[in-house]
Amino acid sequence: MSIEKEKFSEKIVIIDYGAGNIQSIKFALERLGYTGILSSDAEEIKSADKVIFPGVGEASSAMKKLKSTGLEKLIPQLKQPVLGICLGMQLMCNRSEEGNTEGLGIFDVDVIHFEKTLKVPHIGWNRIKDLQTPLFEGIGENEFVYLVHSFYAPVCLETIAKCDYGVNYSSALKKDNFYGVQFHPEKSSKAGEKILLNFLKLDLRS
Amino acid sequence: MLTKRIIPCLDIKDGRTVKGVNFVSLRDAGDPVELAEMYSKAGADELVFLDITATEEKRKTLAELVRKVAATVNIPFTVGGGVSSVEDVDVLLQNGADKVAINSAAVKNPQLINELAAKFGKQCIVVAIDAKMVRGQWLVHLVGGKVPTEIDLFDWAKEVEQRGAGEILFTSMDHDGTKNGFANEALEKLSKLVNIPIIASGGAGKIEHFCDTFKNGKADAALAASVFHFKEIEIKDLKQEMKKEGIEVRI
Repeated sequence: MSIEKEKFSEKIVIIDYGAGNIQSIKFALERLGYTGILSSDAEEIKSADKVIFPGVGEASSAMKKLKSTGLEKLIPQLKQPVLGICLGMQLMCNRSEEGNTEGLGIFDVDVIHFEKTLKVPHIGWNRIKDLQTPLFEGIGENEFVYLVHSFYAPVCLETIAKCDYGVNYSSALKKDNFYGVQFHPEKSSKAGEKILLNFLKLDLRS
Repeated sequence: MLTKRIIPCLDIKDGRTVKGVNFVSLRDAGDPVELAEMYSKAGADELVFLDITATEEKRKTLAELVRKVAATVNIPFTVGGGVSSVEDVDVLLQNGADKVAINSAAVKNPQLINELAAKFGKQCIVVAIDAKMVRGQWLVHLVGGKVPTEIDLFDWAKEVEQRGAGEILFTSMDHDGTKNGFANEALEKLSKLVNIPIIASGGAGKIEHFCDTFKNGKADAALAASVFHFKEIEIKDLKQEMKKEGIEVRI
């Protein structure tokens, strides 16, 4: 039972700012034996061991929600491992072409729209490659993940995984304690769960 | 490369799976959650739940089911059937559905598509279209295909794309239940006409039908019910064959 005990001592906060499908992330954590706390409270978020920053929907309205709660100032200052998912990752970049939105400026890259010749949104299962950092420990090159998005972050210095949809783009980004994934680990079958677990195990003080 | 998706569809009534399923391996073949989990393990890329409940309790039952599925299954799923308002969609998404399919309600009130896309993002809005060839023209039908309209399939597809649909689920009523293959000509035309993914539905009988609809119908995903439920086609075999045929697939 020692493993169980260790798991539950981790405090995981999922940032709740009214952006859709947070429940799926909470459920995915539960399947892994963890409990995620939904919160928009600065103190609660700051005291977490791990922070998950989710997001689906449209960038400018999501950013507005973040600003109305002051979370846009808090997130870049967090010191613990933070994982942005999908729109969460995009909002952590400098800007997004979607709604001409200024982002949190954590990742030094601008989010842009896919080529008009491609079917957009990019929906479904695609491969990730050039995997770096312990986030992808145990994940093979060209593993499949589930994605649904119309905008993307081009490859940059902070890229730790790539995906190919008409263009090679950043499927994951990392800077210091901040991680971002374009795909949905909570919906990417076993591989997604492994990536989530890798994130939860980052920097265990043991 | 983005892979072509295989999507089993489960018909739900009062929170239970209908359309007789005989899986000996399942404790309760009528339990949508257990079926969903089985399909997920078998390699399905997504799942669609179509609720055909007509009672007033519907919304509550469906929300509970969605919550259970979301808690159990680690692949995306879509919920549809009688969804007619922003509130309906909100409840389903809040309980963990990834996408919501709307059909008749969108035809009756096309502005609903714009409202849903603006509020929830186009990525979670699937517009389902049932159509049938009438005097040489593909016409949209409503209420599970029972009520004909004068709306042209292709005009409607273009319109729903412009209004903010993230995907189109096209069911050919002429092909549905025939097991003679998908409506590939219409599918190919749709695929060229719009720039959002098209899910092919209606007509799956053999493995080659799926390969045909991806190659000739240019479909992005294929949906089927009975061939999977009655184990006439195993998803594993289907995907191996697709791979052999050079179709991008997740195995």
